[in-house]
Amino acid sequence: MAERVYAKLVGARLRGQMSYRTSFVLQCVAQAVAQLTELVIILVLFSRISALGGFSVHEVVLMYAIAGTAFGIADMVAGQLDELPTYIRTGTFDVLLLRPLGTLAQMMASDLHLRKIGRVVGGVAALAYALSHNDIAWSPFTALLVVVAPISGAVIFAAIWVVANAVCFWVVDGQELANTVTYGSNAFTSYPTTVYGPWLRRFFAFVIPGAFVAYYPSLALLDRPDPLGGPALLGWISPLVAAAAAVVAGLVWRTAVRHYRGTGS
Amino acid sequence: MIEVRDLRREFTLTTKVGRFKRKKHTVRAVDSVSFDIAAGEAVGYVGPNGAGKSTTIKMLTGILVPTSGHVRVSGVDPSRARRDLARRIGVVFGQRSQLWWDLPLRDSFDLLRAIYRVPRPDYETRLRECVDLLELGPFLDTPVRQLSLGQRMRGEVTAALLHGPELLVLDEPTIGLDLESKERLREFLAELNTQRGTTLLLTTHDLDDIERLCPRLVVIDRGTVLADGPLDELRAEVAPERVLVVDLEKPTEGLDDLPGVTTTRTELNGLRHHLTFRRADTTAAALISAVAARAEVHDLVVVEPEIDDVVRRLYARR
Repeated sequence: MAERVYAKLVGARLRGQMSYRTSFVLQCVAQAVAQLTELVIILVLFSRISALGGFSVHEVVLMYAIAGTAFGIADMVAGQLDELPTYIRTGTFDVLLLRPLGTLAQMMASDLHLRKIGRVVGGVAALAYALSHNDIAWSPFTALLVVVAPISGAVIFAAIWVVANAVCFWVVDGQELANTVTYGSNAFTSYPTTVYGPWLRRFFAFVIPGAFVAYYPSLALLDRPDPLGGPALLGWISPLVAAAAAVVAGLVWRTAVRHYRGTGS
Repeated sequence: MIEVRDLRREFTLTTKVGRFKRKKHTVRAVDSVSFDIAAGEAVGYVGPNGAGKSTTIKMLTGILVPTSGHVRVSGVDPSRARRDLARRIGVVFGQRSQLWWDLPLRDSFDLLRAIYRVPRPDYETRLRECVDLLELGPFLDTPVRQLSLGQRMRGEVTAALLHGPELLVLDEPTIGLDLESKERLREFLAELNTQRGTTLLLTTHDLDDIERLCPRLVVIDRGTVLADGPLDELRAEVAPERVLVVDLEKPTEGLDDLPGVTTTRTELNGLRHHLTFRRADTTAAALISAVAARAEVHDLVVVEPEIDDVVRRLYARR
């Protein structure tokens, strides 16, 4: 039932966006270009070096592609959480509280950044390229992983988005902080975790489970051992990590909304 | 329908003192507010800006959790049963929209139908009624962003009624509307209250709203209830004077010694007289015949005190 409402809300938003068709198409293209520009940066980087953190150019592109696709999907579904400060400031959030639905679901359904589909398409193209230029140990499991990894990654990113933006319930101008974490984790996950220092690595790998978005799944796809000595299992548990992240995000959101209703604006 | 006992709500404000120091202090926005509203009533909740009206409304609708006190709306505790309550009440905020900005009005209504799970026949009936009475027909397919404020407000009210609420809460519903739109909206709300028995609670700065819609008034200032009662009684209590304005055929002097008249004011060289009298001392009829005995009356009108005046005096009385 709730899903039907969600589908309806999203459908309505799409119709709204489609009323500016040309602008919509241009935005999609811009998003795809933005996505692929980041790929160019990696390629330029590799014209000067032959390996980054122990990984070849195609291996890095694989990580980048998984992370980029995951981020694109997350941005599409959860990106409008960026609007939370506006919602709080203008009192629109109160309107959400007047409806018989959960606030997080309504927030997510309040808009669907469909133009980010450009980003997803760009990511998938990069992924196709990376898969054909790497020596993938193909099996039913790795094939499944190729599909599951970007989706789990998207859930992880979305969870990060929820937690980071929930800060705005305490600090209304906490947006900058939230952006650092959301967009920052995208930048982090696009490169092999090995290039970062140990503390940053631990933080992004386990506190914010960014390493599970692309790094560990890529290792599994490439059938490579973790240069940092992590067990091979880590490459396969992204869905579990994603589920855990989603639960944590849900709890944080609930606490945040409770705080809001207790303290008000 | 609504039961409020010793309702209190505090906010913690942080102010900067010096570069890093922050001072916290607590502000009581609503303090020991109590009132009851029975099903079918229409009550105006008035007070100056910052009096605590919106905070009270937010607690009644489940947006805010009270610091202390007891609230029951439609039989449930709003802060605990927010979603349950949402299905039973309708809320209209004059200053924030619950419609979808770039969708036609019709699509917003359809979304709300899905959100509130309104059975289609009920939805159709209610929508048709609102469309007829509020004349939404001409702009039902216009995106909300292109509607005038008056049109949008009619849409907002419809949106709040589609799930058939037993209580409609309106927070400054007529703010910014032109006279005609205000009148149309008031007419609709009055009919909703009398014909369908929907309970109304509305906050407003426009006291004409109250005059038109609400037999009962709850006046709040600085978080506490100053007065609660029928408009007429409040008026008799704090503003017992009425004014008889008479236009005479010929300029006349010396109407200030009529029995029961407290003050007089003369205009148009003695053609028009404003005679202030207390309703306890004399009646309008007695006064009119007293005037007629002295001069030929061309026209007359009895002016009740402005409701602003009533409220202003209530504020001043504390």
